[in-house]
Amino acid sequence: MPHSLYGFILRHSKKEQLMLLLLALVSYPFLYYSYDQPKQIVNHIKNATVHRVEKGNLDAYPAESIFGLPLDAVGYLAYLCFIFLTLTLVNGSFKYYINVYKGRLGERMLRRMRYELYSRVLRFSLPHFKKVSSGEIIPMITSEVEPLGGFIGDAFVQPLFQGGLLIVPLFFILVQDPILGAAALAFYPLQIYVIPRIQRRVNQLAKRRVQTVRSLAERIGESISGTQEIHANDASARERADFSDRLGTIYQIRYDIYRLKFLAKFLNNSIDKLTPFLFYSIGGYLAFQGRVDLGALVAVIAAQKDLAAPWKELLDYYQQKEDVRIKYEQVVNQFEPPDLLDQSLVDGDPPADLRLSGDIAASNVTLAESGAVKFLDGVSFTLPMTERIALVGDGTSGKDELPLVLARLIWPNAGSVSIGGQKASALPESVTGRRLAYVGPQTHLISATVRENLYYGLKHRPLIAPERDEQEARTRARAMAEAEQSGNSAHDPRADWIDYAAAGADGPEALTAKAVDALGLVGMEDDIYQFGLRGRIDPARRPELASLILKARQGFKSRLGDGATAALIEPLDATRYNTNATLAENLLFGTPVGGVFAEENLATNRYLLEVLGEAGLTAELFGVGRKLAETMVELFLGLPPGHEFFAQYSFISSDDLPEFQAILARLGKDESSLSNEERARILGLSFKFIPARHRLGLLDDSLQERIVATRRPLAEGLPPELRGAIEVFDGAAYNAASSIQDNILFGRLAYGQAQGGDRIGALVGEVVDALEMRAQILEVGLDFQVGIAGARLSGAQRQKLAIARAVLKRPEIMILNQSTAGLDAPTQAHIQNGLLQRFSGGGLIWALHRSSMAKAFDRVIVLRGGQVVEQGRFDDLNQPGRVLHELVASE
Amino acid sequence: MSLTEEVHALRQIPLFASIEPSKLKLLAFTSERLTFAAGQTLFHQGELGDAAYIILDGSADVVVETPAGARKVATIGKHQIVGEIAVLCDVPRTATIVAAGTLVTLKVSKENFLRMIAEFPQMSIEILRELARRLDSTTQQLHAALSK
Repeated sequence: MPHSLYGFILRHSKKEQLMLLLLALVSYPFLYYSYDQPKQIVNHIKNATVHRVEKGNLDAYPAESIFGLPLDAVGYLAYLCFIFLTLTLVNGSFKYYINVYKGRLGERMLRRMRYELYSRVLRFSLPHFKKVSSGEIIPMITSEVEPLGGFIGDAFVQPLFQGGLLIVPLFFILVQDPILGAAALAFYPLQIYVIPRIQRRVNQLAKRRVQTVRSLAERIGESISGTQEIHANDASARERADFSDRLGTIYQIRYDIYRLKFLAKFLNNSIDKLTPFLFYSIGGYLAFQGRVDLGALVAVIAAQKDLAAPWKELLDYYQQKEDVRIKYEQVVNQFEPPDLLDQSLVDGDPPADLRLSGDIAASNVTLAESGAVKFLDGVSFTLPMTERIALVGDGTSGKDELPLVLARLIWPNAGSVSIGGQKASALPESVTGRRLAYVGPQTHLISATVRENLYYGLKHRPLIAPERDEQEARTRARAMAEAEQSGNSAHDPRADWIDYAAAGADGPEALTAKAVDALGLVGMEDDIYQFGLRGRIDPARRPELASLILKARQGFKSRLGDGATAALIEPLDATRYNTNATLAENLLFGTPVGGVFAEENLATNRYLLEVLGEAGLTAELFGVGRKLAETMVELFLGLPPGHEFFAQYSFISSDDLPEFQAILARLGKDESSLSNEERARILGLSFKFIPARHRLGLLDDSLQERIVATRRPLAEGLPPELRGAIEVFDGAAYNAASSIQDNILFGRLAYGQAQGGDRIGALVGEVVDALEMRAQILEVGLDFQVGIAGARLSGAQRQKLAIARAVLKRPEIMILNQSTAGLDAPTQAHIQNGLLQRFSGGGLIWALHRSSMAKAFDRVIVLRGGQVVEQGRFDDLNQPGRVLHELVASE
Repeated sequence: MSLTEEVHALRQIPLFASIEPSKLKLLAFTSERLTFAAGQTLFHQGELGDAAYIILDGSADVVVETPAGARKVATIGKHQIVGEIAVLCDVPRTATIVAAGTLVTLKVSKENFLRMIAEFPQMSIEILRELARRLDSTTQQLHAALSK
């Protein structure tokens, strides 16, 4: 990227800038004549008026001949005015066209800039991310470059165009009379001297503001990621003081900028008003002398008015130019770390022959941070790719870093790694990112489904263009052409990017099978199955699965029988109150779709309140809510705020508890003093009540019956706009708003039955297997959203998913870096056995978190202090006196 | 059985006798009521303890696994507490508890139990008393066994 802003502009928009200059030049003559025209008009009016005063009428006024057409005084006036109008329109059109052209150019350049910056972030080396924070990088790409777009369109044409708008009327004034011209110019030297000086000061402040705001952003980011530390150390007062101090600095800078800006504005305005004073006085005097005619004076005053606008624009331009230039340089500077990866390594397409084979060799590999601490110190070895290799060592042995170097994620300071005779440093990422796989101790997942995370390692280039109808294709073609104009990626994100062949599959179905297989290898199949059971499907899109699930519902019901197990489930029955479901569910007898009938909105839902009123239930449910509130206040008031019980058991949060206490106190004295909102809060509690779970004995049989009796009128009376907001439970229909499991159970798990969940889970499993629908449920489970950075998965699940992803892409060399350290022992063993078997032909390099795990590997490399101290077979090395023996013994 | 009845049952237990009813109500509300069918185990010997159980109804067998096989050593009944030792001192369960018929219990989680002890010193004394009693009976049994 060019270091100067103008360099960047010229490199990418030379043609467009020339075009803009040309447009500006062409517009000048029209501009000049639009100033001259009023003079012609006024003089014509003056002559004709004088003629009428002298002769009494205009009859004998000499006709002007235009294109051979004789025009009388009125006709000629009309003709002159028409030309004036046309000129005005032409000038306006020029301005419009130039502005639109500029705007488009600016937006394209902004897009290009953002794209280039982002591409650079993707080329930052791993260690560089230790030095920069996302709090700095993000605002630079998003907000800080924004003003650049506006300026780039203006870069060359603005001084020329606005200069023209200034010079043309000035020139016109000078032509009319040099003295008037001198008056118009009188104050410019003062402005030219003072304004830039103020501006320079403002620029310096602006620069400081950018830096301070950037570090403020970083600080906020730090507080967010370090929340735990802040609370654990009672540091929030200190943090707030620091933050307040920073805000104070920003305040002072902003205030200073504000003051200086308005000082400049004040000076400009005052001077602008002085010029007309000179015109009226000097111009009037000169007209008396007969040195200028009236028409010229009127036109000069009109032209003078037009001086202010371009002058202001020019000053603004000057201000902006400095501002933007500094911003550009600052930003670009941040995106040019010395160890930026070469573009060709990131972009390069894979060579046709992609298989890696031969030895993995390290020669004198040295890795140090800032030259001081050496993580790796002259590591050399040659490993056949046909072996499974374990790396062992203690915490400072270099086993954390060596896998990263071998995976070409970190570049050694000295020495080199070669794979099959090829220098690793010269291999493009299309080789290292596909033929090698790396799984670290922690993995970042993308905020998408399990499936998309699994396939992430298979999506390198768009392979199959998506199907589009004619109109979509046109839109896409336009978007692509536009992307090209800004030097952006023209790859289609909607295309099918999945490299099925890389996973050894021939299409989506085969790939799903491979994915399930990989998940089985890491022991995650059951997790996915559980996700699937908890997942929802759209029966319209998957009718076969929906009908299978309905069959499973029947199967489950018959298996449940009516013995002891039957007590584990309370079935959903339209004619009976379900004591294991919430009161809301019992009332709606269905699942809310969207927010209208969501539990927290029920107490303010007007339709529902109407139905409750008609059924005469309002007062009773309010009574239930009141008793719940009283119980909660009684039980929880003594607990410290934020106690975990609030989240786990209370109907009311610790923040709201005192408010409810106050409401209850007033309720005891005078019920009518409650506002509607307060009543709704009390009533709202009742909807969360589950008799079997809470055991408060608040719903007697008759109230339960009356609630059941309300279900039908509630469902049938739904106004048209609310139809579809409740998916009613129906024993014969699939409930799209409920999970697969709930659809199979068609009932609620009974509270308080020992091992009820497990027993029902086993029963569901039997039904699922009998109907051979496990694969389909797994398929639904693959579409489980993992949450932001995988937050909805446990740490162990994230790691398992990462290993499965690496397995799925069938790498020639699989590199694991203490990837299973966070898993329980049986899972670790399961994964290790699975991987050793999968890579029985070699190509497995695993830095182990426990040395004893190395026993099953073909070769062990023992690291100590960044050097290879031993290598060989485990049994040979695990002898007294050997380092490995020491390591194993110390565990 | 409602919460009030559970509180009533809790008050029958010496351990909780001196604790004010509102706190017992909170204990009951934040504990899970679990019903076991005959033959189901509450927990196995050797497992780590995460909860104590208060028997509200029914009875259970205390079974100890010995090298010679499982041996039933006692029966516990209504209003007795079981499993509190493993919760108190982080040792594995010392016996297996099997429901002798339909058994209704209140499962008090470890955190909840420890919180109650921390809050009510009276409970610690009760526990101490109970432990001393058990130690005494064990010592006597040992005596008897040795003098045979």
